[in-house]
Amino acid sequence: MKRLGNALFVLAVAAVVLWSLGPFLWQVVTSLKPTAEVVKVPPTYWPSHPTLASYVKIFSTRPFGTYILNSVVVALATTALCSVVGTLAAYAFSRLPLPGGEWAVRSILFVALFPPTILVVPLYKLVQALHLLNNPLGLILPYTALNLPFSIWVLMTFFKAIPRDLEEAAAIDGLSRWQTLWKVVFPLAAPAVATTAILVFIFSWNEFLLALIFMSQDAARTVPVGIAMLSGVTMYEVPWDQISAAVVLTTLPVVALVLAFQKRIVEGLTAGAVKG
Amino acid sequence: MSRDRAHAGFGPREAAVNWSFAVPALLLMALVNLLPVVAAFRYASGFHRLSADGRMFASLWNTVRFTAYAVSIETVLGLAIALLLTRPFKGRGLVRAAVLVPWALPTAIMAMAWQWIYNPEYGILGDLLFKFGLVSSPRVAWLASPGSAMAACVLADVWKTTPFMTLLFMSGLANIPDELYEAAGIDGAGPVRRFFLITLPLLKPTLALAMVFRAIQSFGVFDLVWVLTGGGPGGSTRMIALYVYDNVFRYLELGYACTLTLVMAACLLVMSAGILYFTRQKEQA
Repeated sequence: MKRLGNALFVLAVAAVVLWSLGPFLWQVVTSLKPTAEVVKVPPTYWPSHPTLASYVKIFSTRPFGTYILNSVVVALATTALCSVVGTLAAYAFSRLPLPGGEWAVRSILFVALFPPTILVVPLYKLVQALHLLNNPLGLILPYTALNLPFSIWVLMTFFKAIPRDLEEAAAIDGLSRWQTLWKVVFPLAAPAVATTAILVFIFSWNEFLLALIFMSQDAARTVPVGIAMLSGVTMYEVPWDQISAAVVLTTLPVVALVLAFQKRIVEGLTAGAVKG
Repeated sequence: MSRDRAHAGFGPREAAVNWSFAVPALLLMALVNLLPVVAAFRYASGFHRLSADGRMFASLWNTVRFTAYAVSIETVLGLAIALLLTRPFKGRGLVRAAVLVPWALPTAIMAMAWQWIYNPEYGILGDLLFKFGLVSSPRVAWLASPGSAMAACVLADVWKTTPFMTLLFMSGLANIPDELYEAAGIDGAGPVRRFFLITLPLLKPTLALAMVFRAIQSFGVFDLVWVLTGGGPGGSTRMIALYVYDNVFRYLELGYACTLTLVMAACLLVMSAGILYFTRQKEQA
């Protein structure tokens, strides 16, 4: 009976893992097939002659390198800006005497509840007015702002855990607030900043709606939009071999991040969501 | 000591210096999160058209259905997976990481992956179901009929967002003291009784919070459906966010799109009132 229970347990865990990774793995398999085999009926579950031809094709026949470069620039810049600005704000909200601070944090969290979908139309007008359409800044600034509430909240919960004695000692030693933040608090908070940075990077790497609307020129597009536009030419000539190669290349960094930093990501997400 | 000093010398100047740390963040958020709301009211036009806009009501109804299906399935599935993964076993860390993967992957890109799974000619879903004898032909046009297109969107969304639920539930489950289960075990309560007597009541605040939070997110769904079905066939999966997008870029009615945005915001306000209600309950408990 116990043995049967254990077998069922293993089976259930295996099913959950297969369900979670299946759609990604199916893209990996598809991307390794020769073009003709991709559209074979019935589908083969393993490539007969594994090849990297599709990967070569997306770089030689499409501006996939440009998409990746755009995505890297936008995601890294957003992560850096969000970390700096968010750390400063979280420090003020959690450690400095701040009249009205509590109220500000509450309104920030309230604003963060709403999906960006409802901001996008007026935001489009704004970005247009600032002449930032098809400019990486047109994504970096909104992404930073959209990620700030979450980052500030997560960083605050970590800052609150740092003992106050250290800052008091720093104050006795005559350090200014800036010096205290830079020399005492920031090194201690570095793991927390890294946690939020990973999450912000993933969010910006994945974002689609703003990227679709603000970056209309092919040369300015980020990877998700670039890939979604790979189809679109006609219904019947969708280049699935190339799409699957592009999907794998784009998702691989995220999968690697998740496997490497699983604990941190879980920590950051639960700190952000449960306590919020 | 420093706190005394801080309080002794705490004046408007001091407060201004402290606030200055938060100014860059507040400015950015005001620009991106608040200004558009003000602008939406300014640009909004065509309020009188709302009551006769059948497409809007249809897309609101689609969104409500999508949200109801997706969130309820995600909650049950998320809870089941969370319960499964609380039991310690070898390699649990790796399994938890694998379970988290769908949440971290780009929604729009994975919508392409799902489109490939649903492909009427070469799709793996039709082939698998055919091999198990569940459909009469491997060629099923999942995205071509209204009912199955909606189901396909829900399934892809469930795949994508269940990890978030699982994650929240796992941390909720970790907060339930073991002694309660031990006491129930001594009293002779089986696993099913323990689930209904202890797990479910103690997890209720987490469940409620996660569901309302997900419902708000799901109400704004765009990427997944836009890539997967484009709102078709025949508008049967057109969500409210897709309708707003259509108004901007297809019908070039920016003013009316802003009005629709406000309608959406109003719906979401009602839902977040729900959140506040639930969190207050949590504090009382």
